[in-house]
Order: sequence, then C-alpha cells, then structure tokens
Amino acid sequence: MRRVIVFPVEESRADSDAVLRRLGLPEDREPSERVLRLLDAALECFSEQASPIGMLEEVSREEMARILPGHGQNEAQTVLDRVLPRADRVALFAATVGEPVCAHIRHLVAGPEAPAGFFLDAVASEVTARLADRLAERFAERDVWHPDGGRGRDGEPARVLPYSPGYCGWHTSGQRALFARLQPAEIGVTLNASCLMAPIKSVSGVLVEGTAQTHRFRPDFPFCARCATRDCLDRMRSVGGGGDAWKS
Amino acid sequence: MEILTRLATEVEAGEADLARATTGEALTAGRSAEEVLKQGLLAGMAVVGERFRRREIFLPDVLLAARALHAGLAVLQPLLEGAGVPSAGRVVLGTVQGDLHDIGKNLVGILLRGAGFEVVDLGTDVAAERFVDAAVEHGARVIGMSALLTTTRLGMRDVIAALRTRGLAGKIRTIVGGAPVDPGFAREIGADAYAFDAASAVDEVRALVARP
Repeated sequence: MRRVIVFPVEESRADSDAVLRRLGLPEDREPSERVLRLLDAALECFSEQASPIGMLEEVSREEMARILPGHGQNEAQTVLDRVLPRADRVALFAATVGEPVCAHIRHLVAGPEAPAGFFLDAVASEVTARLADRLAERFAERDVWHPDGGRGRDGEPARVLPYSPGYCGWHTSGQRALFARLQPAEIGVTLNASCLMAPIKSVSGVLVEGTAQTHRFRPDFPFCARCATRDCLDRMRSVGGGGDAWKS
Repeated sequence: MEILTRLATEVEAGEADLARATTGEALTAGRSAEEVLKQGLLAGMAVVGERFRRREIFLPDVLLAARALHAGLAVLQPLLEGAGVPSAGRVVLGTVQGDLHDIGKNLVGILLRGAGFEVVDLGTDVAAERFVDAAVEHGARVIGMSALLTTTRLGMRDVIAALRTRGLAGKIRTIVGGAPVDPGFAREIGADAYAFDAASAVDEVRALVARP
C-alpha cells in the first residue's frame, strides 16, 4: 500500500541547536545575538516557503533484494545486504521540503545575503533529514495495516531506520531502481541522469523495520575506513543498541 | 583609528553597513581602490580566515564577515575594474558530476574571494571536461573540486585524467576536498593538493598559485 503524507510546516520546525551544529558551531559555543537573529529569520523563512511532503510504499524483502543491486555499481557487500535478511517489513520512501524553498536558497546564496542563504540551507537540510525519520515513525505506527500499534516481531517495539542510496555501499545510481518502483514524481520528486534528486532538498531510500538486532552490524566493510561520519553507530544506538551495539 | 584599520575591524566584526560606509569614506578621503581593498577589506578577511582556521570563530561568523566584505566590494568594484588591480589568481570551482552538495564549495568560494582570488563557480554536477574547458576559457591556474559521497568522488580522477589527456597537467593544478576525500585519496588520484576544510583550502590554493 502507498501512503502520501503531507507534513504540516508547524510540525516540521527544525531544532535550532541541530541547525547551529550543521553550521559548524560547537555545542559549547554560545551563538551571538546576530547569529540568533539570522537563525530566527531562516526558521521563519522556511516556514513560509517550505511544503514538506513524503511518501512510502511497503514492498516485500524479496522485491527489495531485487531493487538493491540497481545497475551493479554497489560495493561488493552493502550494509543492507546484512540488514535486510533480518527485517520484518520494508518500505520504499521519498520526501522533500519542496522546490520554492530550494530556489530561494539558491537566490540568497548567489547574492549579497549569502549568510541568510547558508542559514536557510542548514534549516532545510535538517528538516529534510528528519523527514526520513518522521516517515519511519509513520511506518512503525502500523495504523493502517496492523492493529499492533507499533509492535514488531514477538511483541518487541518496532524499530525502523531509513537507509539511503549513496551511503554504506549502496551506490547513488541505486536510486534509479528505487524511483522506477516508487514513482515519487507523485510528490514532485524526480531524478536526473546523474541521479540527482530535484528538488535538491529531498531524501529517498528504504525504511527497514525490525528489532534493535535487525539494524546491528559490524562497521568493518572496506568502505567504512573512508567514512568521515560514522553515524551508523549513533543510528544503532538510537534503536536501543547502545554505543557498542554492533559488538553484541 | 586609521580608517583602513577601522574598515578591517568592521569586516572582522561582520558589520556590513559600517563596512560599506567606511569603504566610501576611505575613497572620499583619497585612499586608492587598491589600498582600500588590500589594507581594509582583504586584511580584515585575512584575520577572519586565520581565526577560523584556529577554531576561534566558526562558520556563522565567517559568513557575516563575508557579507561585510561583499558590502565593501560593491562600492569598490567599479573602481577596481577601471584600475586593473590584479587578483591573487583565478580558480575554477565545482562539485563533481553526480554530486549535488555545494555548501562546502560555496564556503571555499567565499573565502577565496575574501583572499583576493577570482572564482569561477560552475555549480554542482559538473562533468570532467567542463571543469577543464572552464579553466582554459577563464585562464584559471587552479581547479578546485568538491564531493560529498564516496560514490561520486571518483569524478575527481576523471578531471585529472582529462587535464593529462589535454597536456594541461602541471599548468592547471588541482585541489580536492569534501567529506569522503582524504590525503591518501588525493595522492591516489594524482591531485596536486588536498584541503581538509575551507580555511585550509585558501592556504593550499595560495601555495599552488605560487608554484612555478
């Protein structure tokens, strides 16, 4: 079943601290009054310009296993190759904050008000990233398909995490197979020949539901050595895995 | 306070309106456009770049300073064009083919302009040949490339290969940066330089331009 979800902008307000972190301000640094004014203006501008929307469609693990290889450009093994066999449910997803705010960012960055553009870009990036998480929450709710109210296998809380092409061994070209199946043009998200999404502040991938154990993996893939963020560890922690969850 | 020192301080503090006014005041007082640019605007931005490098200030402060610089430059620009003031060099910037991320590249552009370089920004999803064509067309000494995905950074190798094919390696130098890029990767693909962040990019570009 497919679901299109319109997120009210007032529910899509970016976390101010998270935006400042995206702008490089350390946690232990107090922003100046001028920075806070720019941030407030960016949050206000975003709420006026953005139209957050997402969609998801449940597919079988088998179908996802056919979609994942894409055009054969993935790493020899991807994180999803380990995670998917343990998944309870899987859904393709896409989401965007809309083209008007993206166009406004480009306009600001190109002109004398570039700082405002950078701040608005950080707000939009933060909200876009959180859209994937919010779709994950909706998928876990199971209000349409199941009466379990967010419970997964054996009654354990359903843990849903998004995984996106371009990360963890899944090549960006994997979006082609994903888009061919999901057809997110329905919510205004398209893919160009270089596998760039339009609007630029969009996100796509697969939602994987399972237990905390479903999402645990040892980050010892060859590509892990080149990863600068290691946010897989935080992600595993977020579903109840703990800091060294992958070791258990 | 001497007027150009005041102007530099206003740029450092991100005071765009004051920087604009003081730029005009300095010109009215008889200072040349080149003096105002180098001893006022760029001097202030140089301090900002150094403090950013030392992690004393952060991106929001740099952006505000850049806005103040831009405000002063808007007053100076017509005079600079007429005076034939040479730039520190010309750089072509872009995000490689298949990649859409540009915030890091945009910041590098801002800091390079703040350091007196002319920047030709090709945007995102730039094909390898386009980097080289633009460098040739604009007489750029340096091509700067950005990527944010491990899957797209290989586009940087294509640009370097294109330079070699066209006999331009060594005449046009390359610098690479972005989250999935590290010194090892830069060496592996034959880049001339690697920048850990926007602040170090300026230093590296200066060094590349200074090479014979």
